[in-house]
Amino acid sequence: MLTRSLIAGLALTFLSGSSFAATEITWWHAMGGELGKKLDEIVAKYNASQSDYKVTAVYKGSYPETMTAAIAAFRAKQQPDIVQVFEVGTGTMMAAKGAVYPVYQLMKDTGTAFDQKAFLSAVVGYYTDADGNMLSMPFNSSTPILYYNKDVFQKAGLDPEQPPKTWEDVEAYSKKIMSSGAAKCGFTTGWISWVQLENFSAWHNKPIGTLQNGIGGPDAELTFNGDLQVRHWTNLKKWQDEGLFQYGGPAGGNDAPPKFYSQECAIYMNSSASRAGVIGNAKDFKVGFGMLPYYSDVQGAPQNSIIGGATLWVLKGHSEAEYKGVANFFTFLSSPEVQADWHQYSGYLPITEAAYKLGQDQGFYAKNPGSDVAIKQITLNPPTENSKGLRFGNYVQIRDVIDEEFQNLLAGKKTPKDALDSVVTRGNKLIADFRAANG
Amino acid sequence: MIDRHPWLDALAHVVLIVGVLIVAFPVYVAVIASTHGPNDFMSGLIPLLPGHEMVANYRSMLTDGLSSSGAPPLGGMLWNSLVMALSIAFGKIAISILSAYAIVYFRFPFRAVAFWMIFVTLMLPVEVRIVPTFKVVADLGLLDSYAGLTIPLIASATATFLFRQFFLTVPDELMEAARIDGAGPLKFFRDILLPLSRTNIAALFVILFIYGWNQYLWPLMVTTTSQHYTIVMGIKRMSDVADALPQWNVVMTTAVLAMLPPVIVVVAMQRLFVKGLIETEK
Amino acid sequence: MQTKRTVFGNRLLPYALLLPQLAVTVVFFLWPAAQAVLQSFQREDAFGLSTTWVGLTNYADLLSDPTYLNSLKVTAIFAPAVTLLSVGLGLIFAASLDRLARGSRVYAALLVWPYAVAPAIGGIMWWFLFNPTIGLLPYLLAMVGYRWDHALQPTDAMILVVIAASWKQVSYNFLFFMAGLQAIPKSMIEAAAIDGAGPVKRFFTIVFPLLSPTTFFLAVINLVYAMFDTFPVIHATTGGNPAQSTNILVYKVFVDGFIGLNLGSSAAQSVVLMAIVVALTVIQFKWVERKVTY
Repeated sequence: MLTRSLIAGLALTFLSGSSFAATEITWWHAMGGELGKKLDEIVAKYNASQSDYKVTAVYKGSYPETMTAAIAAFRAKQQPDIVQVFEVGTGTMMAAKGAVYPVYQLMKDTGTAFDQKAFLSAVVGYYTDADGNMLSMPFNSSTPILYYNKDVFQKAGLDPEQPPKTWEDVEAYSKKIMSSGAAKCGFTTGWISWVQLENFSAWHNKPIGTLQNGIGGPDAELTFNGDLQVRHWTNLKKWQDEGLFQYGGPAGGNDAPPKFYSQECAIYMNSSASRAGVIGNAKDFKVGFGMLPYYSDVQGAPQNSIIGGATLWVLKGHSEAEYKGVANFFTFLSSPEVQADWHQYSGYLPITEAAYKLGQDQGFYAKNPGSDVAIKQITLNPPTENSKGLRFGNYVQIRDVIDEEFQNLLAGKKTPKDALDSVVTRGNKLIADFRAANG
Repeated sequence: MIDRHPWLDALAHVVLIVGVLIVAFPVYVAVIASTHGPNDFMSGLIPLLPGHEMVANYRSMLTDGLSSSGAPPLGGMLWNSLVMALSIAFGKIAISILSAYAIVYFRFPFRAVAFWMIFVTLMLPVEVRIVPTFKVVADLGLLDSYAGLTIPLIASATATFLFRQFFLTVPDELMEAARIDGAGPLKFFRDILLPLSRTNIAALFVILFIYGWNQYLWPLMVTTTSQHYTIVMGIKRMSDVADALPQWNVVMTTAVLAMLPPVIVVVAMQRLFVKGLIETEK
Repeated sequence: MQTKRTVFGNRLLPYALLLPQLAVTVVFFLWPAAQAVLQSFQREDAFGLSTTWVGLTNYADLLSDPTYLNSLKVTAIFAPAVTLLSVGLGLIFAASLDRLARGSRVYAALLVWPYAVAPAIGGIMWWFLFNPTIGLLPYLLAMVGYRWDHALQPTDAMILVVIAASWKQVSYNFLFFMAGLQAIPKSMIEAAAIDGAGPVKRFFTIVFPLLSPTTFFLAVINLVYAMFDTFPVIHATTGGNPAQSTNILVYKVFVDGFIGLNLGSSAAQSVVLMAIVVALTVIQFKWVERKVTY
């Protein structure tokens, strides 16, 4: 009995010899919770679909933890093939020319069919070099949108089907909501840095920095202390003093979601990827969706919003066979079916036109109102120099500086102009440090 | 008991009750949170009374494990945590009681140097020197192994320091008597010092077991396959979600389950303290 | 440094006893620490692809960086506050418990087991409790007319991190004080009682001096804890905000090195940190060892 099953086993091994010798590819990622579960599902599907390669997905903590783990591993020559890096780490990865294998190069070297034009330009633009070549594989991208509480709008005598379009609307609606007693506060927001400064600038077609917001080269400097940004931060401070706006805390703004869910604030700006969470937590009211507000007197606004999220970087130091596998896996990942599934499940943007098209054909957007606001917003106009994205070294720290100076503003320690000037001065110093370190 | 002061006893009770309320309150909130549905936290005041989802939460965690929330099965992670916590606790106690013994009961060249060399390891936790330490562990080929998980964390001075402080309080007469009886250093250590240190060992065991159990960043760095994941990593995996809200109820359910082994250790050790108290009634 | 009046005479045995600990220390601590010192004189990109020697530039940059000086100040407030609060409460609880014959085990168990909560989870709990919208404590404070806002008020933020960081240490200190109290010979206390010393007087003249090795041990451990091991707490609650008001030294090392990947500066900060604590403990040792009675 035992011998027979042994022989059977041996025979099986010989027959499926290729699967036994499958090339292992490791992928370190930062997707916890439900997203991690979905990601594992996608990987399992890939592994079942072919027998030449076996992808192993490993969760390595939050975005910074994943990135540092990969870098420490690279220094110890134990790096994974693929690592998922958040958008603000792009500058660091790009500068590490000896460590990363650009995706366009990988596709060319392995002879894999690859059409960069199939991807949404608003997504890819963030991750291309100065010549327009794609450096990393977009995977999960999102953009901030506006959520609002339809029930509170109704109570305040506003049209619950009309989200505020401009900042003037936001101010007027907030005042009406508060004076009618429908809610205690007008609006709150996650990500001051990403939403109220970076996206704010792009949405109004104003520069964040020189040299196409840093995409044109490492010598770029920050310039988002222009008149319009000062005007916006002045308003935010004024609105906070009047109670129209409540601050949700630094970085992602952890205190902001409860303010919206508990119906304290009626309007809420945050990532489109939060959509499922927002609907789930909005237990006692209906949620409406809208695009980010803009100042109506600004020429060229609204332009298009920019993305956040993460991409997949390929690290050097592995065998050709493994890179063939990586290219093969990337082709699978960007196929319309996988992309549409991931996008519809997670709330991240579809990264290809075909995936978006597939969702339309499936009737997904008709069934799920608000799920296409983000796509419409990033594709509203062809991206300009100011709205392709941004890329600066040490940007993780610059985001912290933005939060800090915003807190100084709200605490009344600095004027809006001083706060933004300080962000730019301190940010440029960080960028210079980064340039020096990367020689 | 010496004398009775009813009002002092009453005060002691009041102090302790208030203390328990303060210290245990966050844990109470965690337990309560584990009995609610996924979306009961962000809208309105956090719940302070048990919800109705307790059975469902715990059943799903115990049967499906964390696999339904993006983490490997519970059992394996608990086992890894146990191995890690026990190795760290026993390893640290063993190496530090020996070195403290050497430092207190012997005079030898470079004694001060040795003491400071050990003591300086108090200073920087593994998180701060993580990149160079990771490289050492990688060079030794210890990545993704129990040895790599535990040995680097055994290098810490806390336990040595505690034993040193304790040995200094042990009356010199004990050792002099032992020497008169002709006991050598190893015999003195085994027959006298070790039994005397029992309460301290128990206290340290609790602390170190929990220290090992609650490690998070280091296991995350050195494990590259899910077969060496620990439970606290699993919890973080569920609570650290990008761009979305964690399912707090399930996170808290797992947190409560993950707390159980250390709690059992604490309660079991409690008995040992009391026993030590009765036997050493002086 | 103290030893016993009499010691054993073996030559090799002490080295053999020290060997395991020293081996682990050298391989996993001193060697990596030496690399950190080396790194503090270099400027390097994250991946280690280009390295240049910059001498003392990293240190000079630190001393001219206002955020670093601020961080020093914040730590000088934070670490003693945590130590005082957690050691004080631990002592009060242990002394109260020591009085009681009845129910002491129940209290002890209830006081100790919160220590089992992982700092990462504990931080989340405090974030919930202090959340301005859904948290219980701001709600209670609002009833007495105080508007809690740790997102913008530095003092509120400092109170929050001190409480959150002290919380689990109270259990720790309590445990050690309890062990210390149990080791005090009852005969000494009885003798004092016969001499007519009341419970309060007995505590301050006999019990507390006898606890001084424990207190000293805990003071050092808690200071070191507050300075080095508190970043999971800060990470989960304030993240060093608002405006750097809770950005303690070790959190800054963590953010600059681990998240910001500025290895040279982070290494320089680690070295300064190590120097501060070595100096601090040497002084403490020299000073306290003279005064502490054993």
